[in-house]
Amino acid sequence: MASSQHLSAIKGSKVLMVGAGGIGCELLKTLALSGFQDIHIIDMDTIEVSNLNRQFLFRQSHVGQSKAKVARDAVLRFRPQISITSYHANVKDSDFNVDFFKQFSVVLNGLDNLDARRHVNRLCLAAAVPLVESGTTGFLGQVTVHIKGQTECYECQPKPAPKTYPVCTITSTPSKFVHCIVWAKELLFAKLFGDKNQDNDLNVRSNDAASSSNHPEDVFERREDEDIEQYAKRIYDHVFGHNIESALANEETWKNRNRPRPIYVKDVLSDEPLQQNGISDKIPPTDNLSTVSAMAYLGLKNPQDIWSLKENSRVFFAALKLFFSKRQKEIGNLSFDKDDHLAVEIVTAAANIRAASFGIPLHSLFEAKGIAGNIVHAVATTNAIIAGLIVVEAIKVLQNDTKNCRMTYCLQHPSRKMLLMPVEPFEPNKSCYVCSETPLSLEVNTQRAKLRDVVEKIVKSKLGMNLPLITHGSGLLYEVGDDLEPDEVANYEANLEKVLSELPYAITGGSIITVEDLRQELVCKINIKHREEFDEEKEPDGMVLHGWTPSAAPAVENDNDAATNNGASTSSTSKSLPDDMEEDDELIIVETGIETIPAGKKRKLSDISNSETTDEKRAKKIPEQLEDDADVVVMLDDGNENGNNDIS
Amino acid sequence: MNGEELTEQETALYDRQIRVWGVDAQRRLSKSHVFVSGLKGTAVEFCKNIVLAGVGSLTLNDDNPVTEDALAANFLIPLDEKMGGGGSLAELCCDSLKDFNPMVHVSVEKGDLSSFDVSFFEKFDVVVISCCSLAAKKSVNEKCRKLSKRVAFYTVDCRDSCGEIFVDLQKYSYAQKKADETVECQLQYPSFEEAIAIPWRSLPKKLAKLYYAMRVVERFEDVEKRKPGETSIEDLPSVLKLRNELCLAHSLNESQVPDSLLERLVVSTREFPPVSAILGGILGQEVIKAISGKGDPLKNFFFFDSVDGKGVIEDISTF
Repeated sequence: MASSQHLSAIKGSKVLMVGAGGIGCELLKTLALSGFQDIHIIDMDTIEVSNLNRQFLFRQSHVGQSKAKVARDAVLRFRPQISITSYHANVKDSDFNVDFFKQFSVVLNGLDNLDARRHVNRLCLAAAVPLVESGTTGFLGQVTVHIKGQTECYECQPKPAPKTYPVCTITSTPSKFVHCIVWAKELLFAKLFGDKNQDNDLNVRSNDAASSSNHPEDVFERREDEDIEQYAKRIYDHVFGHNIESALANEETWKNRNRPRPIYVKDVLSDEPLQQNGISDKIPPTDNLSTVSAMAYLGLKNPQDIWSLKENSRVFFAALKLFFSKRQKEIGNLSFDKDDHLAVEIVTAAANIRAASFGIPLHSLFEAKGIAGNIVHAVATTNAIIAGLIVVEAIKVLQNDTKNCRMTYCLQHPSRKMLLMPVEPFEPNKSCYVCSETPLSLEVNTQRAKLRDVVEKIVKSKLGMNLPLITHGSGLLYEVGDDLEPDEVANYEANLEKVLSELPYAITGGSIITVEDLRQELVCKINIKHREEFDEEKEPDGMVLHGWTPSAAPAVENDNDAATNNGASTSSTSKSLPDDMEEDDELIIVETGIETIPAGKKRKLSDISNSETTDEKRAKKIPEQLEDDADVVVMLDDGNENGNNDIS
Repeated sequence: MNGEELTEQETALYDRQIRVWGVDAQRRLSKSHVFVSGLKGTAVEFCKNIVLAGVGSLTLNDDNPVTEDALAANFLIPLDEKMGGGGSLAELCCDSLKDFNPMVHVSVEKGDLSSFDVSFFEKFDVVVISCCSLAAKKSVNEKCRKLSKRVAFYTVDCRDSCGEIFVDLQKYSYAQKKADETVECQLQYPSFEEAIAIPWRSLPKKLAKLYYAMRVVERFEDVEKRKPGETSIEDLPSVLKLRNELCLAHSLNESQVPDSLLERLVVSTREFPPVSAILGGILGQEVIKAISGKGDPLKNFFFFDSVDGKGVIEDISTF
């Protein structure tokens, strides 16, 4: 069966691959070997060193080049007769519209972020092209098939929201290392090297300035006569000393918490003059800015080592100095990048110094990098397996053998003797606003919330629309696009700042607004309900969206300790299945990245008869149970129960 | 941990996987030596995975010339080298694999698998053989077992869209992590010969049918002195007859070894690339576990059939 029937379906097909990363490399290879003749591949990324351990089509010499193009060239070397078209571009670009998608027999995703996955899902629905979706993390992986009207779409199950932290936890009361990392990366790093005009919750007024006067000086502004060492010392004392001191003044905060310890330069590096703390002017000359490293400068070799407070302080000073002496031009435009070694160094050091203040265990640069960069674990083997499974499903789709399509989980520990577990796909969720166009409802204070809040917090963030168009009745309230007249743009900009009830076509309780994204061909109606008050802690958006829920219980909130997970965004409960696991590197800050099967919801296993639950799964000799329970709740191991760096 | 630290280069290259299995496992991997014989698509997939993972060395054995058939599932050989120049399959694969990871020493060992004596295998921590005769499986497995050090032994085979992996770790101890505590675990593996000698009637009822089907085909090729995969539709009646005899001898209902499954294995002997990728991935993971001593190892058979999509572990041992 592998050959003849398959082959005709394969040969006549035209497939689109989105993503040429870990899964993508494996997939392109397996497609080519399987006889696919016409493959298109989109990827906006360029190759990095940390890709090379698994993205086997790439070599050291390719670092910096387009993944899609290099992958194409590599595969053509052993299959020169086939056609591979590469696009070094973002799949969200307007070139890849519904008409573009319509030319393909099937779309295969090997993506690394939720946003792009949702976008591709919508285009596939609009173009009525089947989608095979995939993801891996560590030894876990999954492949799902989405066919319009026949199976659930990628968004039928709500995805967990990105993990967010209350601002006060980050600025005043960190209790976990991840809080220190978020502080160092989002606040301190941004203040030191990012856009000065950006809002930032970091306390920038020094105590003296505040008390002595109406002299609201920004501490992070380097004074004209100030040399870099004075500046670095002042910053250090301010953020690790004065800021802690002023926080301590608020007794109420510390009633039930451990009081932090202010740390000043003189306490940590008292025995040696600052001049000798690795920030003398003897910085080795180098042309290659990417190799500028405080560790190298200080003779610290092993990124797995946990540095002492003193070492962290030295790294902090050295890194700061290196930024100002070697990378002056970038200052003011930098944002944290996990592949920027110097940035990782200063964030690690700052997070550790802060952790020391708050009595939180310190971490190595390797661990800190994982957390700060939200690096997802990735190995070649899982990607290879998942790519194989994608092709198996793609061939079924091409043969119109929809009834035999399966969603397959690749597990770390066998469940019912299975390492690869096929499950029958779900029916479409009738309340899914994406594939069923079911109306949603929004609770909002229409006299306080601005249109901008709705656009940013709901339409873009929750509904995943990139180019939204909002209408109320016959009135157009908001639109984005390249073809707008200047006066229209001004008009919409003005609308953004207006409170809902004061818009030209006033939105009040009972209004029904229409939100659409023309590129995604997605239209969605939202019923507005006015509500006066919102809980700041539980409803930080100040508005609540309803209607897009699975039939059973809501998704379990994964209070996922990204920190203790070594930065993996994959922790979950035992009832959840891995999904949306980024096979590749980055995702936005602390996205949990797990699809949760609603409690009590039953997944039907394809004709599995012997039952074995998760609890039993490790037992080596399991008596065969003979009852045929075709309909069971699948309990999957999340693979993370054992903590870090652990494959057992 | 004593022993050398990973170099900066290694840390950068292996960053993502160290986050999965830890520095210690990575260090052990880089000191391990792997032998692979029989370089069809599935073995090649495995080689790719293990080279990327960063083993110390990989030794390849396959003197066969490069043919169209061999190329069908091989992504290691660029077209320009396919026909010209000669060179064995192992030699051409070696060149490409070296390129995948300069930190791994990849080399070729010429000669027939059966000609290697016991001491030859002492150099290795892991021995993987693919597309070999029944006799070769038994004999290489026994040679590995005669050594005082433990050599992990694996076979991997893919026919049509079905696949089988066999694992022999002999006596294997590892640290199993449960919730909070670490439990010292010990597993006892049978050899290939011991495993397949277990009477079928004493095996679990729900055993993967593929196990029996593979044994029938393997036995057929052995009796008929065929090379692995040298079967066609004409052989089906004889294979079905052999199936009936074996089932009778083992008191197993013939329905446990369906005609349709045997037909697939006999007729379409080419490896199906997606299944090769899956088997090569599972095997790669198992070898990494065995070398690093981390994770529950597979005991002792793995089956995959793309028709039902299940990847199943079966424990076929008397212990």
